[in-house]
Amino acid sequence: MAAPTLSSPVGRARPHRPGPSRGRSRGTGRAPWEHETPPLVAALKAVIIVGISLTMVYPLVYIVMMSFAAPSQAHSGTILPTAFSLDAYRAIFRGDAVLQGLGNSLWLTVVGTSLSMVFTTTMAWGLTRTRDVPGARLVLLLALGTMLFNAGMIPHYLLIRSLGLLDSSWSLVLPGLISAFNMVVVRNFFMGLPRDLLDSARIDGAGEWRIFLTIALPLSKPVLAVMSLFYAVGYWNMYFNAMLYLNDASKWPIQVVLQQYVLAGVPLPGAVAAAEAPPPALSLNMAIIVVATVPILLAYPFIQKYFRSGVLTGAIKG
Amino acid sequence: MYAFIVPGLLFFLVFAYLPMLGNVVAFQDFSPFRGIAGSAWVGLDNFTALATDPEVRRAFVNTIVIATLQLIFAFPAPILLALLLNSLLSETVRRFVQTIVYLPHFLSWVIVIAIWTQVVGGDSLATSLLSLVGVEGFNAMGEAETFKILVVLQSMWKDVGWGTIIFFAAIAGIPRELYEAAAVDGAGGWRRTWSITLPGITPVITLLLILNLGGFLTVGFEQMLLQQPAVGADAAQVLDTFVYFRGVAGGQWGIAAAAGIVKGIVATAMVLAANRIAKKLGSQGVF
Repeated sequence: MAAPTLSSPVGRARPHRPGPSRGRSRGTGRAPWEHETPPLVAALKAVIIVGISLTMVYPLVYIVMMSFAAPSQAHSGTILPTAFSLDAYRAIFRGDAVLQGLGNSLWLTVVGTSLSMVFTTTMAWGLTRTRDVPGARLVLLLALGTMLFNAGMIPHYLLIRSLGLLDSSWSLVLPGLISAFNMVVVRNFFMGLPRDLLDSARIDGAGEWRIFLTIALPLSKPVLAVMSLFYAVGYWNMYFNAMLYLNDASKWPIQVVLQQYVLAGVPLPGAVAAAEAPPPALSLNMAIIVVATVPILLAYPFIQKYFRSGVLTGAIKG
Repeated sequence: MYAFIVPGLLFFLVFAYLPMLGNVVAFQDFSPFRGIAGSAWVGLDNFTALATDPEVRRAFVNTIVIATLQLIFAFPAPILLALLLNSLLSETVRRFVQTIVYLPHFLSWVIVIAIWTQVVGGDSLATSLLSLVGVEGFNAMGEAETFKILVVLQSMWKDVGWGTIIFFAAIAGIPRELYEAAAVDGAGGWRRTWSITLPGITPVITLLLILNLGGFLTVGFEQMLLQQPAVGADAAQVLDTFVYFRGVAGGQWGIAAAAGIVKGIVATAMVLAANRIAKKLGSQGVF
């Protein structure tokens, strides 16, 4: 299959192929013949685009607003709350469940992403020399094969079970430690590093580890950043594996907590303090959704920044 | 060099290839307590049991219907959106819209379903608004009849923006001279889109179509699993959820693994067939 390619950091000349965000942003803009949209078409386009944008954004805005709505307005009939309170947030953090979920997800995201990056980059580096390292090509094909063939849920479950990893947080990290796609993208980026630089380092007597750590990794920051973000989002969003492998509720990541207390409607333990009017279930739900989403929203500008750099487009382009 | 390769190799062998061998439980009356070595071999019994199981039929039909709907509506949506955004003159507006439409891709399915429940579910914003105009008890998230449409809409909401990235890359790869030449010859905006942009991105569309067919029978596992309680198994049982409920939850490991194998074979066959058809039609194919 078409291996993903990546524009090299040395700025290989690519005629007619400017990154989507690069080409037209520079200079004076478009050619004169492109400015000829009839007003009716322009208006139609504007309506469609505003409609799509609102459909994407309004639900998120609505959830955030309602999580802060005062109890009197926290019902489904409110379109734009006018009175606000923090009761819902106080309530969800009163019990252990949400805090524990956030803590577990944080652990999973930090530990998982770190380990994934270590093993992804080392393997990618090891596979850059498929020409002169015997067997490396076979290993590369094995890794690529996992992109087409998947053993399926039952054997994976049986494996985790026989490794004694059921109810262990490691069952969420180990099975997805290396994504073949990410590994190949990093490898292709490494392949684009200037050969002369690596060769001269080798002649000067630098070992592979030294070259990898002091030359390859520092030169590959953009692709490493994108891959870290991909892994991090994957770990933060992990739901099914956690549900499948973890029975112990104290180990659940936030996604399972969210599913249990918001979607399945299990009452949140400890959310209702004695001698106090309980906050409406609606704002509790909204607040849990918000705390589960905020880390993604915080990471999003960084993700965006790297889309701009064109790294990703090159990575996905077949 | 092998110090770099071996840990990764071990990972893929243990967590990707060893489980493929684990699929032998499809030919066993498997129980985890007896293990693979201690379970009795039953030949193709699990597969014949599958063929007569009405639940399998239902899961299969649901899978095919949803997958087809996804292919017809969710697959072309990013192409149309990319063309629309590409035709915008203002770079600033385009970037802003891109930023917005990419966002839902990064939310988990749990969050997406939770958000949809609050906006169009049983006691939601939409329910209240519609009750103002006299429609009572609106609940888009609990209707078994319209569930398949809902699934496609959710997928589109989550991934239509993300899907445009690859088409933007393809559009950027089309030589600008072609547009200039066409404009000189008097071709308007529509004509240029139809005769230059579309043919220019056809190879990418073909490639994605082939790759998509490999996942044709994989229809949003988490999405279906999370919504099954609301709409019931009749509407929301697909092959993957069948494997989960019958195997992990129901303890009939052999039958579930057999269903997984059948699905894998069908998926592989579809990729190969699509690849061959694409080549016959003059496209490059994937391999």
